[in-house]
Formats: sequence, C-alpha cells, structure tokens
Amino acid sequence: MGQAKLIYYSSASGNTQRFVERLGLPALRLPVSAEGPMPTPLGPYVLVCPSYADGKGRGAVAKPVIAFLNDPTRRAGLRGVIASGNRNFGALFACAGDLLARKCNIPVLYRFELAGTDSDIDRVRAGLETFWRQECSIAT
Amino acid sequence: MKDLHTPGPVSRPVPRAVNWNRLQDDKDLEVWNRLTSNFWLPEKVPLSNDIQSWSQLTEDEQTLTIRVFTGLTLLDTIQNTVGAPALMADAATPHEEAVLSNIAFMEAVHARSYSSVFSTLCNTAEVDEAFRWSQENPHLQAKSRLILDEYDATGSPLKRKVASVFLESFLFYSGFYLPMHWSSRARLTNTADLIRLIIRDEAIHGYYIGYKFQRALEHVTEAERAEIKDFAFSLMFDLYDIEGRYTEQLYDGLGLTEDVKHFLHYNANKALQNLGYEALFPDEATRVNPAILAALSPGSDENHDFFSGSGSSYVIGKAVATEDEDWAF
Repeated sequence: MGQAKLIYYSSASGNTQRFVERLGLPALRLPVSAEGPMPTPLGPYVLVCPSYADGKGRGAVAKPVIAFLNDPTRRAGLRGVIASGNRNFGALFACAGDLLARKCNIPVLYRFELAGTDSDIDRVRAGLETFWRQECSIAT
Repeated sequence: MKDLHTPGPVSRPVPRAVNWNRLQDDKDLEVWNRLTSNFWLPEKVPLSNDIQSWSQLTEDEQTLTIRVFTGLTLLDTIQNTVGAPALMADAATPHEEAVLSNIAFMEAVHARSYSSVFSTLCNTAEVDEAFRWSQENPHLQAKSRLILDEYDATGSPLKRKVASVFLESFLFYSGFYLPMHWSSRARLTNTADLIRLIIRDEAIHGYYIGYKFQRALEHVTEAERAEIKDFAFSLMFDLYDIEGRYTEQLYDGLGLTEDVKHFLHYNANKALQNLGYEALFPDEATRVNPAILAALSPGSDENHDFFSGSGSSYVIGKAVATEDEDWAF
C-alpha cells in the first residue's frame, strides 16, 4: 500500500475504525488518548473524524484530534475532513466536520452515519480519488 | 419479638462506594457527562403552541397520533422499569450502573412527556381509549413480549444488551416517524422538538449499550460470539416481522407504509451497527424520504459536502460552541 493520505480517530466503539477498514486505503490511526504517541503525516492528508457533541455542540471534536492538530506542522498537511455522526443528534449531526472546517479553513468533504453504508464507502473512495487528482494539479 | 439483627437467608453484599476518580472504562464518564448535560424535562418545550396545529389534523390523523404515542409510552415504560434495571445487574463497572440509572430515569421522563402532549392537545376520553388500544394491540404486545423474554432474569447478559439496543435503536422508529412526518409539513412542530430530544437520548442509550455489548463479547469464546450473532439477526428478523405488520396497521390509511418501512430498514441497520455488526438491509431499501431526514436533523444539510456533488462550492461550517482552551490555534 502507498503512503497514508488518511488519518482517523476512532473511539473504543470502533465505528470509524470499521469505516476506514472497509475503505481499504492506507490510513494512520490517532491514539485513543490525547497523551498517546501521535502519527507523523508524510504529506497532505484528509482527516476522518467522528462527532461527540453534547446538546449544545460542546465537546464535538475528540481530545486526541485537537492534540494532533494543535501542532502547526501536522496541521499544515490537513486538506479536508470527512465527518461522521448520527442524524439523531439533530442539527448537530456530524458537527465536528463543520467545526474543523471553520477552525482550519478546509472543506467538509463528506458526512456519514456511524460506521457508514456501502454507498458511503463507494462515494468516499471515488471522491477521494478525484480530490487528490485535483489537489495534485493545484500543487504543480 | 423478632431479632432484627438476624440476616435473611440470602444477604446481599454491601456494594463498593463508586469512585468516579478511578475509572475502569473512560466511556462511562464520557457518556455520563453527555447524558447529564443533555438533561431536560417536557416543561421546557412550549407544547401549547401546537394547539391550533392539532385542531387542523383530521380525526383519523389525531387518533393515529395518539395511538402512536401510547405505543412509544409503552416502550419507554418497559425500558424504565424493566430494561435498564435488568442491565444494571449485568454492569461491568460501578460507573456503568450509575449511567444505567440515568438511562432508566430519562426513560421515565420520556414516558411522562407523551402524557404532557396528551394533556395539552387531547381530551381525556380519547387518550384513555388509546391506552386501551395499546394494551390490546397484538403487534405492540408481541414486540414487547419478545423483548421482555430476553430481559428475564434467567436470560443471558449479552442477549439482554442485544434486546435493549434493538428497543432503543429500532423499535421506537415506527412511532418516531409520525411526528417527523408532521414536522416536515409544518404540523405539530413543538411536539416534534420534544420528540427530537427523546431521539437524541435514545441514540446515546443505543450507542452506549451497544458499546458495552462489544466489550462483553471480548470475554466469550468464538463459538459463543457466533451464537450471539445468530441470535441477534434472528431477533431482528422476528421484530422486523412484527414491526412490518404494526406499520401497515397504523399507516396504510395515510398511504405512508412504504415510506415508514424504508425508515425502519435504515434504523435496523443503525441498531446493528451499534452492536458492531454489518448492515442487514441493502442501501436501496434504506433510502429514507429526504423530508424525514431533514426533519430528523434540521439545518444539517444546508452545507453541501464536496463528494456528494450537490453544491457548486463547499461552505465552511457555521459557528458552534467550542472549548477554546483546548485549541492552541
């Protein structure tokens, strides 16, 4: 497999882990704890990030994701976010994506629920392929 | 006079005092914090603003709505008085027991909320009639029976969790569909706000109990794991069968049955995902009416995402509260 262009966080419930496994693309997992060892992205990457907000939107982004992005070198490679969540959280569905987009000035590429459906997997695979092609043509 | 100091035949051991500064499972505190910060009571929702909207529903639509809500009340009652307490006995940590006691209480709040809707919008005779209907409805009774049999004290802790997740994440949705349908047509919008609070709670309950199920599965043999998975899918089939008939009975009159069934498939798959399992229904069977999805998560689809190709450009998200002290930039 090539160089990992996906970085993801998955809590012990494992939904995001299962989504990334089904994508079948090289990916680096963030530690479950904010104090854990952080992976070093070797180039531009997309973040796959679940949402954990309370009813007011607080705490949407998991602490290890914040700890990872607080490093300017690691943050510099971030090109977009794929956010997951549950529509049952109403207007705050997948709100970690909106928050990261605003904080880091990057687009929300896609949103899915829990561990995703087969259609989600197809769309994200196709979407990432197009996205990286466009990114490369901008970069050169 | 009896000797008050003689212990009974089976003396319960004194439990250990729960110490929240010594966690065995971080998820317990995370979910406790979510649930307690989401606490609400029906008095928070101005249900009386729906009085006029209620009067614009036909008599059949009103009867259907009251019946659907008595059905939901029954499920909440079961979860409050039997389901969550049964899970407490199986808890792996003292903190899990505390979380389950919150879940049990919120189920009582949910059950109580439907009566707030009734007392605001309906007359007593209609409501009494609907509660009678729910007691006699064969489908409602059948699905309750299937769940209660698993909650039985002689059952297995893993099976109890499966039944509980199916109640929380699947069985409610034949009922939740209706207020979302009304909301999508600008009817009973305050009632829909209240239902969305219940839906949010049930999502956390299903997630947490499903998570505990996955942790518990780690301690059993491969053969037992296979047996539990067979059990879970077979219970889902049985419940789906009943839900199908319940849905037809309720919604055929409004011509909504097919629409509701898509919503059931979609939620059945989500319930299975909470347990860590793959989907049962294929994607084409789970395409929920977009108006219902929009009612479920209002406003969340305003921002186009890049891969769906639905917008010409992507929009950077709207402002939400953050814990700024955590972010260094």
